[in-house]
Amino acid sequence: MISSASPAFTGNDPENRLFGPLPDVTGEAGYEPDHPARVGFFTDTSVCIGCKACEVACKEWNTLPMDDADGTVDALGLSGMSYDNTGMLGANSWRHVAFVEQSRPVDLPLPSIGAPAAPGQGVGSGGGCGGSCGSGESPSHANADGVTIDQASVLNAQALSSFDPQTAQSGDREIRWLMSSDVCKHCTHAGCLDVCPTGALFRTEFGTVVVQDDICNGCGYCVPACPYGVIDQRKDDGKVFKCTMCYDRLTDGLQPACATACPTQSIQFGDLDELQARADARLATLTEQGVTTARLYGRDEDDGVGGAGAFFLLLDEPEVYGLPPDPVVTTRDLPSMWRHAAGAAAMLVGVALSGFLGRRR
Amino acid sequence: MSGRHASEVPADETPEMGRTGVPAEAVDAPLDHRPGTSGIATPGGGWRRAQGPSAQKREKRKRRRGGARDGDPTVGDAEFQSYYGRQIVKSAVWKTPDVPLYLFLGGAAGSSAVLGAGAEFTGRPALARAAHLIAGGGAIASVGFLIHDLGRPERFLHMLRVFKPTSPLSVGSYILSPFSTAAGGAAALSLLGQVPAVRRGRGWLPKLVRSTGLRRTASVGAAAFGGPMAAYTAVLLANTATPSWHEPGNQLPFVFTGSALAAGGGLCMVFTPVDQASPARKAAVVGAAVELAAMHKVEHDHGVVSEPFHIGRAGTLLRIAKACTSAGAVGATVLGGKRWGAVGSGVLLAVGSLLTRFGVFDAGMASSKDPKYVVIPQRARMAAREAAATTASGA
Repeated sequence: MISSASPAFTGNDPENRLFGPLPDVTGEAGYEPDHPARVGFFTDTSVCIGCKACEVACKEWNTLPMDDADGTVDALGLSGMSYDNTGMLGANSWRHVAFVEQSRPVDLPLPSIGAPAAPGQGVGSGGGCGGSCGSGESPSHANADGVTIDQASVLNAQALSSFDPQTAQSGDREIRWLMSSDVCKHCTHAGCLDVCPTGALFRTEFGTVVVQDDICNGCGYCVPACPYGVIDQRKDDGKVFKCTMCYDRLTDGLQPACATACPTQSIQFGDLDELQARADARLATLTEQGVTTARLYGRDEDDGVGGAGAFFLLLDEPEVYGLPPDPVVTTRDLPSMWRHAAGAAAMLVGVALSGFLGRRR
Repeated sequence: MSGRHASEVPADETPEMGRTGVPAEAVDAPLDHRPGTSGIATPGGGWRRAQGPSAQKREKRKRRRGGARDGDPTVGDAEFQSYYGRQIVKSAVWKTPDVPLYLFLGGAAGSSAVLGAGAEFTGRPALARAAHLIAGGGAIASVGFLIHDLGRPERFLHMLRVFKPTSPLSVGSYILSPFSTAAGGAAALSLLGQVPAVRRGRGWLPKLVRSTGLRRTASVGAAAFGGPMAAYTAVLLANTATPSWHEPGNQLPFVFTGSALAAGGGLCMVFTPVDQASPARKAAVVGAAVELAAMHKVEHDHGVVSEPFHIGRAGTLLRIAKACTSAGAVGATVLGGKRWGAVGSGVLLAVGSLLTRFGVFDAGMASSKDPKYVVIPQRARMAAREAAATTASGA
């Protein structure tokens, strides 16, 4: 069998087989046009409560062994990273809930600007931000309970305009707890799938990427090839493992275990185009409410992996959650590397044989 | 009453925001210029990881000192965020010394195979025999190391289930298989030709083993795959998300083939009488020069991603490698005509090549373990793209 991406090596890649948007990734992988729609996850971290139900459901359904934050099997340990003792995605953790505790100082308003809000006066002055606040959420939020009113009143406009659902105030500091359930991205251009030499990794009819563990010979090439550091090798077993998006459940018309278990619909499963529309609407809502740091990650099909099958709504920079800010599938640069390797091989042969030319010494 | 008042505030405000058409991300910007708010006018609203009151100070101190997790002294000032300093991409699971040795042996075998074929056709039997044995031995050992490195060695034949140009390991399997067959065959024929029973035998089998044609065919086959054999391993490393392997992906093939010439030429010099070894000497010296030049680019052209080549174990290995390679090249040029000079400089060149492979391997592993080598270049890439977009829209 010869991979379908071969034509891309002739130089140009008009059909985006190695890089770029690919509207029908399943069809490109060789499925008939009547294949099922591409499915995916939309993980909305703004409503994640860090319950880890997804991690547990995944472990139970897929019978994954226990391991610690560094992937050591049958070890139990505290990582010291907030509530996160899972540590990372790996061969035995196909969902990983990240916990980021953050704080920032809150400036008290200076007396010189306008009419500053005195403590306890919050409601009357619209939360101390006068007419320039720009947040529709904060005043009504302040009405919710008396304590919040007091706290909101000493906040400045900046703090209020950046209100987001996981934030609370504590004295002169504002604290928030970011929680995000990470998972395999099931990329449009999947590095792991591209580099697998045995064909153990394959694209399913649902557009997801799955390892066939009876084929994998444990060469480990997919492990460093993933730009997100998702797939990993099980040391005792030798083979590699990652999220299958519960391929076995999908073929029976069920949702993946993690999405089924999620109590807040932070993990949403469905047809990818539908999820994308839902995510765009959610982002618009949050933006309207003044959550200026909300952004979608993996949604853009013009990104380095042609868009992800599992994408996220984040409240901070991706690297804060342990995600690469601008991942690119390594295979994008492979044609150039092959050309240079061909040049280098020709150089070797030329240099080695040229030594035989000329007069015999 | 208060509720209505509150709802009027956004009602006044929303149209104004809509009119200016400022995207949500930019709303922070005008606010930052207000008096009294400059203290938190940092990107992302000033949020910092909270790990207790002194966490930030601790982290900064650690970074300045060059803590193993958060950074290294040479770019201690570069700001980046991470998830508890944990690595983002996974490190390769390839074993040391299996894979670096495979890189070295594959290279030495590849260039020796080309030298062996040249020697076959130019009447240099001693050079041909040495080159065949190095190529064959290296190729067979390579296969051994590669299979041993698999998580499931008994499934090594699965490598030949499919052919995928997107997978350098798949392409490599189709280079290594014919190469090791041909190189191993040429080496076996050279060895068997020395056995007295074969040398004097009269049957068809001894005649076949002695036949120059068969040995030449095998050596040409090995030589045809020798160049690709030495070059593809560079693409094997470069086609990963490991920063210090991927970024210099266009230069690594020249490092590896240069290094292969130095190693193969050097080893042939060691085992060949000097009157036949001249082609090996020339190949080794030119190869060493190519290796040093290409490695210089790898070590200096890639900003922060070049850093792992200078520090830690990789830095030490590569410094020793450079000294060995340079000394070996000079030695081969000046003293290569003398037997002891050829042996000494040949060994130096081979050791230099070996240490280069270990150094490059180590540098990549180190770059995968520190999130800064992932975050900083990607942030720079995003900033450059943004700047280009701004310029384009401004023009």
